Amino acid sequence: MADIVLDQITKRYPDGALAVDKISMDIADGEFVILVGPSGCGKSTTLNMIAGLEDISEGELRIGGKVVNNKSPKDRDVAMVFQSYALYPHMTVRQNMGFALKLAKTPQAVIDEKVTEAARILDLTQHLDRKPANLSGGQRQRVAMGRAIVRDPAVFLMDEPLSNLDAKLRVQMRTEVSRIQRRLGTTMVYVTHDQTEAMTLGDRVAVMRSGRLLQVGTPQELYESPLNLFVAGFIGSPSMNFLPATAEDGKLRTPLGDIPLSDALRQALERSDASRDLIVGIRPENFEDASLVSADARREGITFRATIDVRESMGSDVYVYFATELGNSLAAAELQELAQDSGRADTGATGDTLVARLDAASRLQEGEDAELWLDARLVHVFEPGSGKNLALGASPAASPVS
Amino acid sequence: MATAATTSRQKVGWGTANLVVVALAMIPVLWMVSLSFKTPAAILDPSYFPSQWTWGNYSSILSTSQFIRPLVNSIGIGLISTFIAVLLACMAAYAVARLRFPGKSLLIGMALLIAMFPAISLVTPMFNIERSLGLFNTWPGLIIPYVAFGLPLGIYTLSAFFREIPWELEKAAKVDGATPFQAFVKVIAPLAAPGMVTTAILVFLACWNEFLFAISFTSTLASRTAPASMAYFSGGSVFTVPTGPIAAAAVVITIPIIVFVLFFQRRIIAGLTSGAVKG
Ligand SMILES: Nc1ncnc2c1ncn2[C@@H]1O[C@H](COP(=O)(O)OP(=O)(O)OP(=O)(O)O)[C@@H](O)[C@H]1O
Ligand SMILES: [Mg+2]
Repeated sequence: MADIVLDQITKRYPDGALAVDKISMDIADGEFVILVGPSGCGKSTTLNMIAGLEDISEGELRIGGKVVNNKSPKDRDVAMVFQSYALYPHMTVRQNMGFALKLAKTPQAVIDEKVTEAARILDLTQHLDRKPANLSGGQRQRVAMGRAIVRDPAVFLMDEPLSNLDAKLRVQMRTEVSRIQRRLGTTMVYVTHDQTEAMTLGDRVAVMRSGRLLQVGTPQELYESPLNLFVAGFIGSPSMNFLPATAEDGKLRTPLGDIPLSDALRQALERSDASRDLIVGIRPENFEDASLVSADARREGITFRATIDVRESMGSDVYVYFATELGNSLAAAELQELAQDSGRADTGATGDTLVARLDAASRLQEGEDAELWLDARLVHVFEPGSGKNLALGASPAASPVS
Repeated sequence: MATAATTSRQKVGWGTANLVVVALAMIPVLWMVSLSFKTPAAILDPSYFPSQWTWGNYSSILSTSQFIRPLVNSIGIGLISTFIAVLLACMAAYAVARLRFPGKSLLIGMALLIAMFPAISLVTPMFNIERSLGLFNTWPGLIIPYVAFGLPLGIYTLSAFFREIPWELEKAAKVDGATPFQAFVKVIAPLAAPGMVTTAILVFLACWNEFLFAISFTSTLASRTAPASMAYFSGGSVFTVPTGPIAAAAVVITIPIIVFVLFFQRRIIAGLTSGAVKG
């Protein structure tokens, strides 16, 4: 059991690549922290530095109150699941899982018991005496997981431990990971690409981009008050819709219509001498089929007409995709990176197609010229240059990361 | 149909090529075997099968310590040299494959240089060195140069094998609580075993067949190796060449090599690292 403190951690690889840039984060004892970010943003590097497998170029890392910068991995008491599994090919599954315990000179009876227990949890019992080469990708991944959970370390580090499992097994294992972590109460840092894992598993989520930590907070915080454009677009599935807008006469002029500015937002706009060109972000669920909105509620937002391109019924709700004339296109670097990041391009919320999540009662059909409603209270306004969320300038509730 | 024809034609082609290569390699060996069973009088007889089979050549060389003792020396010197060379090569190759350190390319360059140095040019200086150090005509007197010349070969072969082993395995071992030494012994070394065996075979072969140093740095049976001892065989009279005994000795010294290779070959299993990492 231990807390982890990252204090201005920086990693510069010998070839000069700056993989991690001054990351600071406090992870409490027993906390479950999720690390997300696009490919190559430095997640694995960060985990490797915590584990002691990569030297820390600058900054200080404390585990359980002790500075561990110069300690070897074995003295840090961490267990790690590698992105590439890294199973010992010459050992059976049983030996793979028991290796750490054996090195720690645990009595054989205890090793057997723990390995059997882990194999049961991971559904590997019938594979215990096979070699990794003869296992499927998903089974190998579970062995890698098993190797970590048989131990009782101070810290768990997991690098996309469920990425190779099929959907059903992934859900099952996700619950299992969560249960194991809660039962053992072990501090956990968990890297994932999966939105659902990020939102459901962790106590807090940390979003990284090109080696920087953009924001750390509970899933709810990140979802409701993203500090910037990138976090807003990265968190949530389907992702946030972005529209160009200009601020004029206390109104936001957007392709969907004029959105009245709240007082707080107006003040924020005045304080930051932001240019008049802005980016408006709207979550899919902040749209609604206008026919389902009461007259009272209508006043809180705006209505507009759009032609429905695609309708996807999810049972509990309906996704509709519709196009708008965006006029000048959005050129923010963050948006381009978001679009490139895999898994995001297929949401359809890029380019000039918007996605709305409507109540299941909505009867809108494809090709229909529908009237939609937009909740004006929940729009986010970003500054294109810095990507900063202007709406948050007023409320210091969100945890800023410098 | 066309492809089937091509493959069968290919098979014939490859088969012929293989046959030619094997024949080229085997004819001298078979001839030597034939010679070893011929009587001194029939040595010049051009027919392959001796008209009169004899074990005389074998019994003559195996009945004297002139050959038995060098055989023992060869085995001893060969095994010790191989062991030391593979052990040192392992460590060096690991460093070359895994670590960044100043002078790494210099080390590789030096190793290559040693491997390319013509041995004959070293004989005189080394002879003098060995004489003054008291190593002349001793086992260490041959083991030391054999290790030195086996190392470059070993470092090259083994570093290729080490490079094949995913680095993450070592990281995993370290996280599992292994010291660097434990990680090497329990994870890396078992996976590099095929490489070590290959290297051991190559180094042992080189030591076993070595003639120049063996004849130059030895003077008595105390350290003379089998190939060198053949130069001291004598024929029936001063004027006869001891062809028969030399052929018999050549056959005898081939046998341990075959045994050695067959014994270790089973350990050379390709794809030992499969299943370690994704993809
Ligand atoms: N050994 C290395 N030497 C030099 N640069 C490296 C090395 N390892 C990683 N990098 C660079 O550091 C950056 C971060 O890499 P890292 O593996 O941490 O990314 P990641 O966030 O884990 O990505 P992914 O989601 O694809 O696993 C990348 O730009 C990568 O090219
Ligand atoms: Mg990674």
